[in-house]
Order: sequence, then C-alpha cells, then structure tokens
Amino acid sequence: MAILTQAEAKRIIDKALSYAKADETSVSLTGGRTGNIRYARNSVSTSGEADNLALAVTAVFGKRSGTATINELDDASLEKTVRRAEEIAKLAPENPEYMPMLGPQTYLQTNTYAESTAKIDPEFRAKAAFDSIGPCKTKNLTAAGYMEDTTGFTSIGNSKGLFGYNRSTGVDFSITVRTADGLGSGYANPDVNDVTKLSTKAATEVAMSKAVASVNARALEPGKYTVILEPTASVELLQNMMFSMDARNADEGRSFLSKKGGGTRLGEKLFDERVNIITDPMNAELPLSPFGGGGGGGGGAGRFGGGSDGRPQEKVTWVEKGVVKNMPATRFWAEKKGIKAIPPPTGIIMMGGTESLADLIKSTTKGILVTRLWYIRAVDPQTLLYTGLTRDGTFYIENGQIKYPVKNFRFNESPVIMLNNLEALGKPVRAGGHLIPPMKIRDFTFTSLSDAV
Amino acid sequence: MQRRDFIQLSGLGIGSLFTAGVPVFGNNVSADYLFDASGWGAGVDAAAKKKLADVALNTAKSQGATYTDVRIGRYLQQYLFTRETKVQNIVNAESYGIGIRVIANGTWGFAATSDVTPDAIARCAKTAVSIAKANSRLQTEPVQLAPQKGVGEVTWKTPIQKNAFQIPVSEKIDLLMKVNGEAMRNGAAFVTSNLFFINEQKYFASTDGSYIDQDIHRIWPTFTVSAVDRAAGKFKTRDAISSPMGMGYEYLDGLASEKIKAPNGLVGYRYSYDMVEDATLAAKQAKEKLTAKSVQPGKYDLVLDPNHLGLTIHESVGHPTELDRVLGYEANYAGTSFATLDKWKSKTFNYGSKLVNIVADKTQPNTLGTVGYDDEGVPCKEWDLIKDGILVNYQAIRDQAAILGEKESNGCCYADNWSTVQFQRMPNVSLKPGAEKRSVFDMIKGVDKGIYIIGRGSYSIDQQRYNFQFGGQLFYEIKNGEIVGMLDDVAYQSNTQEFWNSCAQLCDKDDYRTFGSFFDGKGQPSQVSAVSHGSATTRFNGVNVINTGRKI
Repeated sequence: MAILTQAEAKRIIDKALSYAKADETSVSLTGGRTGNIRYARNSVSTSGEADNLALAVTAVFGKRSGTATINELDDASLEKTVRRAEEIAKLAPENPEYMPMLGPQTYLQTNTYAESTAKIDPEFRAKAAFDSIGPCKTKNLTAAGYMEDTTGFTSIGNSKGLFGYNRSTGVDFSITVRTADGLGSGYANPDVNDVTKLSTKAATEVAMSKAVASVNARALEPGKYTVILEPTASVELLQNMMFSMDARNADEGRSFLSKKGGGTRLGEKLFDERVNIITDPMNAELPLSPFGGGGGGGGGAGRFGGGSDGRPQEKVTWVEKGVVKNMPATRFWAEKKGIKAIPPPTGIIMMGGTESLADLIKSTTKGILVTRLWYIRAVDPQTLLYTGLTRDGTFYIENGQIKYPVKNFRFNESPVIMLNNLEALGKPVRAGGHLIPPMKIRDFTFTSLSDAV
Repeated sequence: MQRRDFIQLSGLGIGSLFTAGVPVFGNNVSADYLFDASGWGAGVDAAAKKKLADVALNTAKSQGATYTDVRIGRYLQQYLFTRETKVQNIVNAESYGIGIRVIANGTWGFAATSDVTPDAIARCAKTAVSIAKANSRLQTEPVQLAPQKGVGEVTWKTPIQKNAFQIPVSEKIDLLMKVNGEAMRNGAAFVTSNLFFINEQKYFASTDGSYIDQDIHRIWPTFTVSAVDRAAGKFKTRDAISSPMGMGYEYLDGLASEKIKAPNGLVGYRYSYDMVEDATLAAKQAKEKLTAKSVQPGKYDLVLDPNHLGLTIHESVGHPTELDRVLGYEANYAGTSFATLDKWKSKTFNYGSKLVNIVADKTQPNTLGTVGYDDEGVPCKEWDLIKDGILVNYQAIRDQAAILGEKESNGCCYADNWSTVQFQRMPNVSLKPGAEKRSVFDMIKGVDKGIYIIGRGSYSIDQQRYNFQFGGQLFYEIKNGEIVGMLDDVAYQSNTQEFWNSCAQLCDKDDYRTFGSFFDGKGQPSQVSAVSHGSATTRFNGVNVINTGRKI
C-alpha cells in the first residue's frame, strides 16, 4: 500500500532536501492506488489495479531548473535523484520568467479522504459492475460502464521551508445503457470522494429509464430553443469557460476577457445577475486539495502544470452577480502586473437555487431537456463559441411535462451567451468534479440534426 | 509502478488540442541519457530479451495458459515547448517494463511490471494467468484467436536518416527560436512552438514462435501563431500545417523537392517540412485573418487540402470502421458506429461516391502507423475499407477476425506502453488519389462557388459518426474558377454518407500527402496512438457551410 503518512512523507522529503546543493530545491512525493473495472455488452472486459509511488526533485541554479524523478526511496536513490536534477538544471536554458520558490505556507485542512474508498478491493469493483449489469440484463438492455477509484497522497516540500501533505480519494463512475434494437440510449456519470455515496445500481437505473424513454425519437427542426441543461450537459461548457480566464491571456489581448482597445473585462458585468461562481476547498460536497502539487518549483508552472507551485488554494469568488471579480494569474504575471497571484480554479461551484430538475421541467411551457452534451470543441476562442451534440436522452417538454424523445442536435453556443440567456437555476449537484445546478436557458442554438443514438 | 502524467499548458496553442494535456510516460531523465542509450542494443540486447521473454512464456504455459504474448518495451520521449523568446519546458522521459498477456480458460488476462528480472517476470506471468482464470467465471464465449504462424527471430526499424534523440537539444532550441523570431518579425503578436519526438523500442514474443525486435521513431514539429488587433479587440491564430510523421529529424530538412506549390503562395509539405517558412507564412496569414471577410452561410463546393481532409477522414471513416466500436465495446466512451455489420454484409452500402477508395495500412513509408508487425505479432499489410464507394471491410485484430468470417487479423493491434493492454487501434486510413492528372490549380479552375480549406481546425462528430462539423486554419473564397480572397468564420456541417457521396473530383498522386494525429485517444483508461491519413486535394460538391462569428 503506497499511502505514506504525513510523518513518513516529511521524513523522506527532508532527507532528499538534505542532499541538495542547488540555489533552490523542491521535492514532491506522490503515491497511491488506482483501480478500475470496465464492462461492455453486459460483460466485464477489463479490470485492474495499479500502485504508484514517485518522488520528483526540482533543482534550480539561478534561473535554470531541472527535474528528475524516481520510484525508489532509499537514501542512495534520493541522493542520486537530487544529483541528477542538479545536472539537468545546469544544462537547461535560462527561464527568464522563473520565480523564486515560495517559503512556508499555511494550508487549509480539507476533507478529501474517505476510508470507504481507500478500502475498495477487486470484489467491491466486481460487485459494483454486477449491480449495474444485472438490472440491464433482466430488462433486455445493454450496459457499458466504467468505474475508476483512486486513493492517494501528495506531499510537497522545498529548501525554503515549505511543506504540505494531503490525502484524497475519488470514484468516477459512468454508465451507458442501450436498448437491444440500438434505438435508445441513456447515461449517468456520478463522481464522489466517498464511495458510500455512490450506488452504481441507482445510477444505472437512471440511465436505463433514459434509454427506454428515448426510443423512437422524433425529429424537431433545428433552431433556437429553451433548454433545460442537466449538470452533466452544462458542466464541460462551464469548465471550459472557467479555465479560459487567465489574466495574462486577457492582458495580451487574446481571451474572451480582453477588452476592446486594451485591458481586461475584470469588474464588468458579463452575465445574468443570478450567475455566481466560486471555488471553495472547504465545501463539504466538493472538498479540494489545499494546494497544487510540485513542491513550489518552477516559475508559476511546475513540471506538470500551470499553478502547481505550492500556492494555497483558498475560497475565491470568480463571478458575483454576473460581474467578473477575479482572474487567475501565474506568480510571474502577478508580480509583473502588481496583482494577486490567484491559482487557477479546480472544482467549480456555480451557485443555484432550491428547485429540483423536476421543478424546472414543471415550470416549462415549451422546451428541450438535455441529458448530456458531447464531443465539445472550441470553434472560436474569442467568443468561446463551442460546438458539440446532445446525447443519451434528449426530450421535448410541453406544458410542464416530458412529451416525447427527440433526435439529437448539434449545437453552436457560447457559455457566455448562455449565461446571459438564463431563465432559472436549480439545486447544484456534483458533475465532472464540479458542483453545477440544472439550468433553464432560452434561445440555445441548435444548428443541425444527428441520426446518432 | 509506472508514472503517467499530463503536461497541462495554459493559454492558446497546442494545449487546446488536448483536453487532458500532453501525455508523458515514465521517469524524467536527462537529454544526454536518452542520447547515450537510444541506440538499440545499448541497453539490453535481443538475445537477453529472448531469455526474459521465454521466462514469461514458459511460466504462463505451466500455469495453464493456452496462449501468451510478451512485450518488453522501452519508450523514450523528448518534448520541447517554447513561446516567443523563451524555452518553457523540456521533457525527457523514459519508461521501461514488460507486459504479459495470456489466454487461460478461454479468457484474456494481463499483467505488467517495471521489474524486468526473471523472478519478477515469472510472478507477473502468474498474475496474468490468475486474472484470466478469475475473469473466466464471467465469460460467456471463449476468445477465438485467429491463427498466426510464428515469424521466428526478426527485426524491423523505422528507416530514419537522423535519429532525433541524437540531435543536441541546443540545435532544436535554435530552430524553435528561429521559427518564433521569424513569426514575430512578420507580424505575429505571440507564438508558441513545439517539437515532439518518440522512440518505441519494442520486443515482442509469443507462443506462436515469434521473437520480434522493433525500433520505431515518430516526430511532430508544430506551432501556433497569434495576431492581435487591440483597437478592434480581435485576435486570430494560425497553426502549423506540418504533419506528425514516422520519420527521424530529417523531416525538418525542408527540402525544396518535397514542397507542393498551391495558390496564393501557399505551400504543401510532403515528406520534408520547412518550419521557418511555414511560420513566416503563418504570421502573415494570421494578420490577414483579422480583416478577412466573414463567410455568407450556404452551400459551397469545397476544395479540401490534404492537411485538412486528413482529420475528416480520421473522424468520419477511421473511427466508424473500427470493429470494436461497431460491436459496442466502446459504447460508454468513444461511442458506437453507424457502419453496422448489416450494411457491410449487404455489399451495397454506398459509403461514398464511386471515386472514393479508402485503404487501411500499416505499411506506407514515413507514416505514423507503419511498423513491421503489430502488437500481437501480425505482419503489417494494406487492405480495402471502401472500394469504389462501397463499404467492404473493417479494422479487426486477432480476436475479432472470426466475427467477420476472416481467417487472419488485419494487424492493427497496439498498446501505448508496456504497462497497458493492446487492443484494436486505427491503422493509417487513406483516400487514394485520382488516376487522372490534376493539380490543385486545375481543380480550383473548375469551381464556380466554393471554398478552399487548409489545415486542422475545430472538429466535432457524433458518437455514431453521422453528423459532423469541421473548421480549418485557412479559408479562401473561390468564384468562377479563381481565388478572390480570404474568408473567416467558416465551418462545414454534413452527414458522413452524404458528404462522401458528394466527393466529385480528386487531384493525382503528385499532390498526395499525409496528415497525422499524434495523440489519438481511445479506451478506458484512455490510451493514445499515432496515425496518418493520406490524400490528395479533393473536391466535395454542395456542402453546407455555416458562419461561426458571434458577439459576446
């Protein structure tokens, strides 16, 4: 089992740092276990489990940095890896945007770990699959699903005294159910930290009912429709928008947040006033790591990621009453511009109301319920126009009731326009690692029909 | 134990191509380390590998396996990332280990380890057999493996002229700095440029009596140039029109003999790429895009450059003819396919017009899919997918051949690492050029109302591959046989069968080039693969074009 305790991790990181001769050195130590089970055509196709433990050392001389990794943690290996990182650093080109490593930080204590998930074993996975396949077989439906569970820890430290440790668990389950004739398809995709909150059976039953209900879809003319987007439908569009808010790109004139004539749209009202978007590592439904990985190495971008430089994750209000309140920036850019170096968002929380999905349907005179949007691709980064298709359950609503399934549509829409055409927000639920409310949107643009089921 | 990370890149450019980031396998090492050890045989030699492989084969057999294959793999990657005058990141990574796949009780089992010693290999082989036996309790039909005669002890190498791993990093940085410098000098506000190099050193052995030693090289140079008009609050980008290739560093020689002239000063690159020239053109074209005319939506005849059409082939022919998708194995992730078995059995399904001949292969020189043998020891070949417009075959591997009534695999099985299990992956899928002599100039002359599209842009297609929408990098309006200017906000929407049936004219073999996809994703957990798509410039009549311009 590759989950080290905080004390074990600290001992190893300190040991590695004790060998360091560079101007600055950072160490990250990650480990854990990933297990999965995959099935299709009502039969398990693959199942596996892998342990992982890796230590990465970043050594810096002046503005030259080098990283070396190892998976053995004896003293000799640690020293060898520190030396190797130093050799690589000496040969590396200078990075003029290098930022000195952070000193000691105060991190929040977040609740990202669940013992129930850590205890998952192959039998648990087999049962999870069986609970999903069984009901489908009985109803002559075909299940294809995938469950992946992760249990891991990340610890970071550097030669300036920074240290952080966090354990986390997560389970992602997706299920597609198709009717035997291939004319109906349904989907569900819950994600949790604590596996006791996941029922593969319940999720499968949602997908089953959507599959059965979506048979014999009728064709509606493409055009602008009022839509109810379930969280699994809107999440990727919202995520794409939130990941496009970088301050530097906006300052450089190549972002949807760039202003005509120069500058950014920070402080401008860009969306409907009911739009409020935050991130909060302490949220009970969506706990997040209190820091990015990487051990404080690199100038705002560690070896594997923007923002993974040990900056604390705190509560951030990105959009308040439709106004852009904050934009993420690398430490380099923040210093250059004299702004706060807020790390980029991870788990997004879009605030909503108290209404359920059923309530939103009830209050709709004419509209389309969308289960899922798929194959979403950027069409124009300037306007955040995206295209993609509905999938796995698209239904026509009239006078507060679902009337019949409709053929899938291709859409061309921008989340910025969508969040201006807001009609109603429901109660947020977890989807794709975010907390997103079901949304009623007017004038959502469908541009063509698809025969795909 | 295996690292599998993703480099997340912020901002515009290459990062936008990958939702999960650029995949990196294995441990960071120095560039010199890759250089020193990159020669085949510098590490463990083939004779030693044969001994290790035999440990796995014999152990699995003694445990009750009826078939076993072993892959000992060393995977090297070097990636360089720059923007403007700065080097952002250099990744040098190595991954080494062994993957063992068995059939026991008629069921597949797989296990892998990075500990490539006889004891660890024997343990790993036992695990693979025990997994197969455990899963066999859930199996309804036993695996039917198409026979493959052993090929004995053989070797295959990508016929490269210059091993990219032996070119000093400084020379590569100099090239990228020159690319960025020329782009900036010619009007780019920003530029990112990248080089990707991959070397797969794979040793395959199976109980069929095959011991196959392969050394495979791939290369991908690319960039994104941005032009900004701050007063108007507008920006436009233009990506490289290079292609990833199954070649060495010689692809970057920029040989004049491999350049194909096209209208408006455009250049097509065949088996040699002039990165500096392309960046210079890109900067000028990105600036021109800022003031280009917004397209009037409607029906147009499209003239599609090979560097654009490749992705359309990939999405609308490559993926729907993957047999595992057709059967439903990918239903929960990539999707299924409209190209169902009944359509294939009818022998009359008009996938495209009579001009459409699409072949699958893993044998075309300089391409990403080309190897000597696939990852289950099957010699590579070429076969028809669409003949004279009719759907005639699929992409199938050994455990799928029987479903099609075939006696042998097509040889398109691949795993992206020693630690992942091999499965059916797309071979090169290419549109054959026309037999009649025709250049792109000749083709444009015949078009009254059309658009000439170059480069890979936004692309989206449904999960059964009916409805698609594709953009590009450059769009030129054609009126009465002549190009009259640049267009912007162009995307075309069509249905796969309708689109390929509107295929009206082909340029000839002299215009033929390959496009490629370097990190094509499939499976859960997802694996990447690299694949090329060849074509000549091709005309499609009466395609629906939409305007993608919006105001926010």
